[in-house]
Amino acid sequence: MSATTVPVTPVRATLRGVVARVGLLGGLTVALAVILVLSAGTGQLDIPRDEVLGSLLHKIGLDLGPVPSHPQGENTLWQVRFPRVVMAAIAGAALATAGALMQGVFGNPLAEPGVVGVSSGAAVAAAAVIVFGWTFAGSWTVALCAFLGGLLTTTLVYLMSRDGGRTEVVTLVLTGIALNAMTSAGLAFMMFLGDTQAREEIVFWQLGSLNGSRWEYVGVVAPLALVGIVAAMLLAPKLDLLALGDRAARHVGVDVERLRIGTIVVVAVLTAAAVSFCGIIAFVGLVVPHLIRLIAGPGHRLLVPASALGGAVLLVAADLWARTAVEYADLPIGMLTSLIGGPFFFWLLRRARRTAGGWA
Amino acid sequence: MSVLSAHQVSVTIDGNPIVADVDLEVSAGEVVVLVGPNGAGKSTLLSVLSGDVDPSSGHVELAGKHLGHRHARELARLRGVQLQKQGLAFGFRVHEVVRMGRSPWHRTEAAERDDVAVEDSMVRADVTELADRLFPTLSGGEQARTSFARLLAQETPVLMLDEPTAALDIRHQEQLLGVVRDVAAAGAAVVVVLHDLSLAAAYADRVCVLANGRVRADGPPAEVLTGELLTEVYGHPVDVIHHDGALLVVPVRPRPVTTLTDTSEEESSCSAV
Repeated sequence: MSATTVPVTPVRATLRGVVARVGLLGGLTVALAVILVLSAGTGQLDIPRDEVLGSLLHKIGLDLGPVPSHPQGENTLWQVRFPRVVMAAIAGAALATAGALMQGVFGNPLAEPGVVGVSSGAAVAAAAVIVFGWTFAGSWTVALCAFLGGLLTTTLVYLMSRDGGRTEVVTLVLTGIALNAMTSAGLAFMMFLGDTQAREEIVFWQLGSLNGSRWEYVGVVAPLALVGIVAAMLLAPKLDLLALGDRAARHVGVDVERLRIGTIVVVAVLTAAAVSFCGIIAFVGLVVPHLIRLIAGPGHRLLVPASALGGAVLLVAADLWARTAVEYADLPIGMLTSLIGGPFFFWLLRRARRTAGGWA
Repeated sequence: MSVLSAHQVSVTIDGNPIVADVDLEVSAGEVVVLVGPNGAGKSTLLSVLSGDVDPSSGHVELAGKHLGHRHARELARLRGVQLQKQGLAFGFRVHEVVRMGRSPWHRTEAAERDDVAVEDSMVRADVTELADRLFPTLSGGEQARTSFARLLAQETPVLMLDEPTAALDIRHQEQLLGVVRDVAAAGAAVVVVLHDLSLAAAYADRVCVLANGRVRADGPPAEVLTGELLTEVYGHPVDVIHHDGALLVVPVRPRPVTTLTDTSEEESSCSAV
């Protein structure tokens, strides 16, 4: 036990940790602010950045900067653009956080609400609301049903893919295939039942879209996402320990069952927040936490908030691209994220095969 | 006085008795080694003692209280466990893994000792040089040593280790069990599952021989580890040799091991593979 080399002194390590934490979270916050302003100003009616900022400042009572010069500028910003970019940010944050949580609780970097069918489970429930015209909880009806659908599917995935305290890559992916098949059938049935208008709504929503975001919806989604993200941050330190495996986590004092149930509920809340008005936007929860892990390591204390911010940045940027890539067209954002996320998933899958010892 | 005691513990899985009517007492300052053939119920007994598995009948007392009546966190401050197989879902670094052992003490006075305990444990388990390595990239033996460091960092009065030396080289085997002895000398109660009977003889205060889920013998190594008993329990002739004050347990091999020429032949055939 001759230790001649002195390890990194704890103080220096802690300091390095703090700097990394502040740097990453600060950097992402700045990036989010920049992309929000940029995105809000861009569209068929371009509004210069200083006017976007000026409009914001005037709204909160500060007479600084210019207001939009175009007669429709102010209206466009506050009725169309702001609700849309804010919705994108919230949905992105919720999805990325849900992904980070799922990966933590499954101990598997491939778990993601879209991949394993949780998003589509929530989607079936929400489609039922559209088709049957339920309104028992006012504007919260869709969100509530999406939450219940998400909760049911997350629990199913968990029960079916878990074996002996572990979730193998192949079991998880196959469970996702089975669940996605079932939920597709459910969605197909809903489309069969619905009238033309309901069908169109469901199709758009299956593709994922931020078109038609309104403050009213933001008012439903924002509190859900906020509660979910705060809860996720409280769960974060324990998720680190869960990486040791169920038994070893218990040995260091984690009430594994409670942590799991808590995490599943939070994942369902976050997924419902994202899905209820934006539809299925897959892979955000896969790509973002993975990139953050590459930069900052797997510790959940940093991973969870950084994923939330990173997810917001990514989805606002993706939305900006979706509505400017083709002139006078608003591409479905779920299509774009899947287009990028699909190959990324391939790459991860191959890596997981190599490093985790194949399909065992 | 015993810190950890099992009373008439039985575990039945699908109608098969894995552990049957086991009584075991472990006192502070004592190293008790569980030995026995494959499938004797050693690991199952250890998981009952650690609280992972509820016994089908009987009960376990830890520090004067029924094991099942304690919360996970409370348990984690009383007993630490090193499992046979180490796994880690994400690429944490060695020092981060060792620090996980400190988590039961978060928000307590003992948390002040976190840094000292982590550093000290890493020195004792000889993983200081690995501090910044990623755990999943380590060899089996290095992972086992890291888990041992995590166990030490937990600073519990009861330690349980399931075959901690299985993946270790001879130097680290001796080092690890030496540290285990030191920890016991400092007042901890230790239960270790071992396969190597000579190691058991060298480091145990008491050896408990399990066979078919039952305690076959329990006592000081010199009394328990006899050729007669081991031959019967393992179903293979075993010799116990007294050498230089130590007990060596060796299997009786049917023919003389090898002559010099044989060895060289074997080596050459090995290198051909």
